[in-house]
Amino acid sequence: MRRLQSMTWVLGSLMAASAALVVTFAHAAPREPVTGADRWSAEDKAVLASLSLKRLPPAPVDPSNAIERLPAAVALGQRLFNDTRFSRNGAVSCASCHDPQKQFQDGLPVGHGVGTGSRRAMPIVGAGYSPWLFWDGRKDSLWAQALGPLEDAVEHGGNRTHYAHLVAEHYRKDYEALFNAMPRIDNLPRDAGPNGSADEKAAWAAMDTRQRDNVSRVFSNMGKAIAAYEKSLQHEPSRLDRYVDAVVSGDPATQGMLRANEVRGLRLFIGKAQCAGCHNGPLLTDQQFHNTGVAPRDAAKPDRGRAAATAKVRGDEFNCLGPFSDALPKQCQELRFMASDDPALEGAFKTPGLRGVAQRPPYMHAGQITTLEQVVRHYVAAPHAAVGHSELTHRHAGGAAGTHAERAPIELTDAEVADLVSFLGSLSTDRQSGSAAP
Amino acid sequence: MNRSITTTLSLAALIAATGCMSAPPNLDLSLTRPSVANKYVVTLQPPATPAAINQLHSWRVLLASTAGAPIAQAHITVDGGMPQHGHGLPTRPQVTQELPGGVYLIEGMKFSMTGWWEIKLAIDSPEGADKVTFNTVVSETGTGR
Repeated sequence: MRRLQSMTWVLGSLMAASAALVVTFAHAAPREPVTGADRWSAEDKAVLASLSLKRLPPAPVDPSNAIERLPAAVALGQRLFNDTRFSRNGAVSCASCHDPQKQFQDGLPVGHGVGTGSRRAMPIVGAGYSPWLFWDGRKDSLWAQALGPLEDAVEHGGNRTHYAHLVAEHYRKDYEALFNAMPRIDNLPRDAGPNGSADEKAAWAAMDTRQRDNVSRVFSNMGKAIAAYEKSLQHEPSRLDRYVDAVVSGDPATQGMLRANEVRGLRLFIGKAQCAGCHNGPLLTDQQFHNTGVAPRDAAKPDRGRAAATAKVRGDEFNCLGPFSDALPKQCQELRFMASDDPALEGAFKTPGLRGVAQRPPYMHAGQITTLEQVVRHYVAAPHAAVGHSELTHRHAGGAAGTHAERAPIELTDAEVADLVSFLGSLSTDRQSGSAAP
Repeated sequence: MNRSITTTLSLAALIAATGCMSAPPNLDLSLTRPSVANKYVVTLQPPATPAAINQLHSWRVLLASTAGAPIAQAHITVDGGMPQHGHGLPTRPQVTQELPGGVYLIEGMKFSMTGWWEIKLAIDSPEGADKVTFNTVVSETGTGR
């Protein structure tokens, strides 16, 4: 044990020494010709290349949504996305919380629709790459996701027959051009749905199975059109992409693409700060669920995150295996092989992508952390989780029970924290991301 | 002397650069191993083309007795994860088919990040219950061999 501790100390000292060397070089030679392309090793370059937007393949085809690539679906989806009539008070659209001018989020700690939500609105660009939607992954497709807020009491607060009537009245032609003929619904109650108020639920229960299926079909098709629009949104390249592409291609003209402190931050990001493990690939997310001990917004209401969501997605009538899906059962691999009994899912939330992150505070699943500096310091502090166990190792943990002794703690100096925060700014874009695909 | 200092420093720099999260250097990556209690010899076959990160892929297990005879009708469950990160596999892979010759198809495998992953099999058959753990290192270009 003692030997292990002393080895750890020696390694730690060596790390500190070498990190200091890196910093010293970077400080001492900002004007040096960068023929060494900021001295990235071949291994580093492979990791850098993996972050480039050029490496992003087309979003995977969603077999459960047959119309997702039709331009007419994109156009209809965009109109539905921005139409405030699809809400209880006629004032809330998808764009209310997912503002196209703000990277399709709202800058608020938790969403405000017809009421106040309990989680942070997520950006939408790139969401089509994720097998699981929402912070807890309780939906398995973009279209199923889009339906959730429409029926949520504090988001849009509406109900299925209300929405079906609106589609019939205002979007019938566009709807019928994409889907089958609109079913007859003029004889159905104005307000009825399985997730609404007691009156709405009673009205829904009084409808026959065929009527309910017809309305749910129109409702699910709304989701599919909205998903088509969302999937057409593309990220714009950032300064990091330009820098990485130059480094990888051996272009010596990387000088000025990133500032020296941003390059140091990038080195930390892919190195000892351990960010790039989970924030990997061109979208800077592994699309998985992790508990990093972020304190719940309300200590009296701890949020179980993914652990409470797997049963919801498995039981969702709008999932890949459900009656409204266009997929064959064998195409629903994610749902079929979903991990649901792993204790690590307790209190775990989806890794958010980091493109444009500096421009959209506050952070974490309920906007608990105000600044990026505080976010970075959270990973250094590595607090215990209120629910489940944090994957992070506290620097004084020493292999205590319930910790992961194999994982090195994240230790950063104040200067390194500042460098990392500077680097995260290089993921911003000059132009608004979210332009439609060509 | 100078040379050895340089080597030590570059090693330290490498460790620092990778944040101590590299796979242990002496990791046993062999794909054929005896099970823990020596009841089986187990061979794990990765997909023919290295699977990209975050994509589902299928593996095969070749199950044999210590004498080399294929074992049919075994029940195999799959588990695993990243020991250095304290999390399990992102999916719950399953044996979905038994093929002739003691070959079993595992579907639903996925790796969500680069680094050292463990693949743990729990095997049960008339030969008895036993376990085996394989190591694999996932790089940016796919699964290491």
